[in-house]
Amino acid sequence: MSVTDIHLQEDLAHDDHHDEHHEQGFVSKYIFTTDHKMIAKQFLITGIFWAIIGGGLSIIFRLQLGFPEMSLEWLRPMLGQWITPEGKLDAEFYLALVTMHGTIMVFFVLTAGLSGTFSNFLIPLQIGARDMASGFMNMLSYWFFFASSVVMFISLFLETGPAGGGWTVYPPLSALPQAIKGSAAGMTMWLVSMALFIASSLLGGINYITTIINLRTHGMSFSRLPLTIWAFFVTAILGLLSFPVLLSAALLLIFDRSFGTSFYLSEIFIAGEALPNVGGSPILYQHLFWFLGHPEVYIVILPALGITSEIIATNARKPIFGYKAMIGSILGIGFLSFVVWAHHMFVTGMNPFLGSVFTILTLIIAVPSAIKAFNYITTLWKGNIVFTPAMLFSIGLVSFFISGGLTGIFLGNSVLDINLHDTYFVVAHFHLVMGSASFFGMLAGVYHWFPKMFGRMMDDKLGKVHFWLSFIGIYLVFFPLHYIGIAGFPRRYYSFTSFETFSIYGDLNALVSIAAILTFAAQFIFLFNFFYSIFRGKLAPANPWKSNTMEWTTPRFPGHGNWVGAIPKIFRWPYDYSKPGAKDDFIPQTVPYSHTPESNLEHEEELTKEEDLTGVEKVN
Amino acid sequence: MTGEMEVKNNQVRSMHPQKFAMWLFLVSVVMIFISLSSAYIVKKSVGNWVYIDFPSLFQYTTVVIVLSSISMHFAYISAKRNNIKNIRIGLGITAMLAIAFIVGQFNAWGQLVENGHHFVGNPAGSFVYIFTGLHVVHLAGAIIFLFIVLVKAFKYKVHSKSMVRMEMCTTFWHFLGGLWLYLYLFLIFNN
Ligand code: HEM
Ligand SMILES: [Cu+2]
Repeated sequence: MSVTDIHLQEDLAHDDHHDEHHEQGFVSKYIFTTDHKMIAKQFLITGIFWAIIGGGLSIIFRLQLGFPEMSLEWLRPMLGQWITPEGKLDAEFYLALVTMHGTIMVFFVLTAGLSGTFSNFLIPLQIGARDMASGFMNMLSYWFFFASSVVMFISLFLETGPAGGGWTVYPPLSALPQAIKGSAAGMTMWLVSMALFIASSLLGGINYITTIINLRTHGMSFSRLPLTIWAFFVTAILGLLSFPVLLSAALLLIFDRSFGTSFYLSEIFIAGEALPNVGGSPILYQHLFWFLGHPEVYIVILPALGITSEIIATNARKPIFGYKAMIGSILGIGFLSFVVWAHHMFVTGMNPFLGSVFTILTLIIAVPSAIKAFNYITTLWKGNIVFTPAMLFSIGLVSFFISGGLTGIFLGNSVLDINLHDTYFVVAHFHLVMGSASFFGMLAGVYHWFPKMFGRMMDDKLGKVHFWLSFIGIYLVFFPLHYIGIAGFPRRYYSFTSFETFSIYGDLNALVSIAAILTFAAQFIFLFNFFYSIFRGKLAPANPWKSNTMEWTTPRFPGHGNWVGAIPKIFRWPYDYSKPGAKDDFIPQTVPYSHTPESNLEHEEELTKEEDLTGVEKVN
Repeated sequence: MTGEMEVKNNQVRSMHPQKFAMWLFLVSVVMIFISLSSAYIVKKSVGNWVYIDFPSLFQYTTVVIVLSSISMHFAYISAKRNNIKNIRIGLGITAMLAIAFIVGQFNAWGQLVENGHHFVGNPAGSFVYIFTGLHVVHLAGAIIFLFIVLVKAFKYKVHSKSMVRMEMCTTFWHFLGGLWLYLYLFLIFNN
């Protein structure tokens, strides 16, 4: 340790002067907090808020799709002018609804709500750090997200409505304010909001990576990291590499919209009049967008898969099957996700040869995905499964990931995709594999780590009811969409009543809408359980799921700094469940091999010689 | 700065966390410029492109930014040698050169307009404004950082035992100098 470092330590100690001994004020404890656990809760609560809004919007447009003849007059108190005098939903507002639903769900709920919550909460707790590398940056990350949320929320109430060009906001539609209402002020606010969101994601991601690399406790090597942390790590790297690209795309779009440049625009006629813009290319935007967009879908699913790995191993009481293979596939998925983006663009007139290249690359990504799915199943195989709500949701995730992933293989073939592109088949695909799977991962995480977050237990029965209603409901909603898609229904259409051929699917669409309403309603069971348990739940035992990871060695209500006294050392990987010979069916990571001679394997017995046991108590 | 050290009661591996975070930040900046560069190449290959007359001023600003990197390094070395006076001189010169660079870039935009390349028009020209503008935005951030270090230097808080900020500032500075060289060469070779 050089002299410089010692000094720097003092500097840091001054910079991050947090008083653990004094009572913190309300503002510094709950609002401008630098404690990663509180920031995680802020992300979670904001994410839940957005999930309710995003879900609510989808119910409104499902009413329109399932019951096109129905009078929506009763929504007038809420939607005002967006209900036409005939009592119908305004057609342009329909587009705004789907756009906002997509944006909110993908970015605000399943990116910020999921990564923001669990990366923040679990990284320091599971690697043995007192906090994130920079508590201040972490706080900024939340407040950028908050500002971004405020801008997006206000845009819902604009006179011209929020953005309406789809969550991918393709130009030229999104670039021309005069094109539709949803490209006016709402789109500007969408772009501003997303710029803030990107800043938030980058601040968060930089912090996650730095923390994981630099602040692991003694003994926590990369080969002993829980898979949750591996997943958050790769997710953060994906974000770091892809969000700046979205920023570039948005920046050029902003200039096209507001300053008259022609990056994405060329030879456009509006109402018979030629616009001055020449030389641009809308396809350019699609390349930039999907270079972010495809990694983004993995940014959404990887944390959920990490959470699931942890929960499934814990509750199957078995080591995760293929730990190294799991890490390999996370890395493989991470890498491949940067080279498949053009599978979203098969119908942009790309060279068929290039199409084949992207088809092959896309199909390769199915391999690591399938490895993960197999490993989950083999972990479950012959386990002593404990069906906690978290476990049920994790198994549900695996189910969605498989059934949604299969349709990805159809879509990845350019020849098939030319038919299926922009139909409900795509909608079915990504709602299962990304939307529902990742949503279930998030719920699983909440059920599993609630005792650590709030020191109390959630109600088990309500959790199970919530699971079954959601699981059945989601399949009822999204399975029929495959048939509707194959039948040729294009996505983002306001109504299909004027197409005679489509009328035979009217009943199916009505069924989907009813199922959607019931599934949405079922989420209120969760909300009740969540908020009730925060205040009234049973106090949680120290390690309610008999888990190996080190967050369960903290006190029930961990303070800022997580551990009282020294941070525990780590001696083994996190998946020693049901180890032959062991006294219990789990051996926490903090237990040295020297204390478990009865269950050590040969090479582990070797390791006992090197273990540094200073400060480790023998617990029996 | 290798080996293990304790920061906030935590084991720290390899590098000081703030410096590490700084490098990650640079990665994201690199991604912005890579994406714009590839956008430029893709757009150019689609056609409908015009030839750009680059402002002669770019040659001078290039020299200025290289000089500023040298003076920055002078400040850095002075800090390592605890030569407080030279730190201030070095940082002061760097700040002035940086401002000269920005003024130069701004006038170069004027030259671009004279050469008939407006921000609004063929994307070939617009891209030049985007590249230079974004670079200057980052440089402005670096100047703020530089002033923070300068203030610290006046408070005797920059010296061989307190180098983190100085090192980060120097890294950022050289990075932005290198970035400009890259952008300039990229634009010339892909004209
Ligand atoms: C087996 C692996 C997968 C393959 C081969 C695959 C393939 C595809 C293809 C080709 C499309 C474009 C369809 C079209 O627009 O015509 C697509 C759309 C999509 N995929 Fe996947 N996918 C896979 C897994 C995933 C995963 C794991 C996620 C997310 C976690 C995901 C999320 C999405 C989303 C969000 C879209 C639609 C974007 C939009 O147009 O709005 N996919 N997928
Ligand atoms: Cu994709």
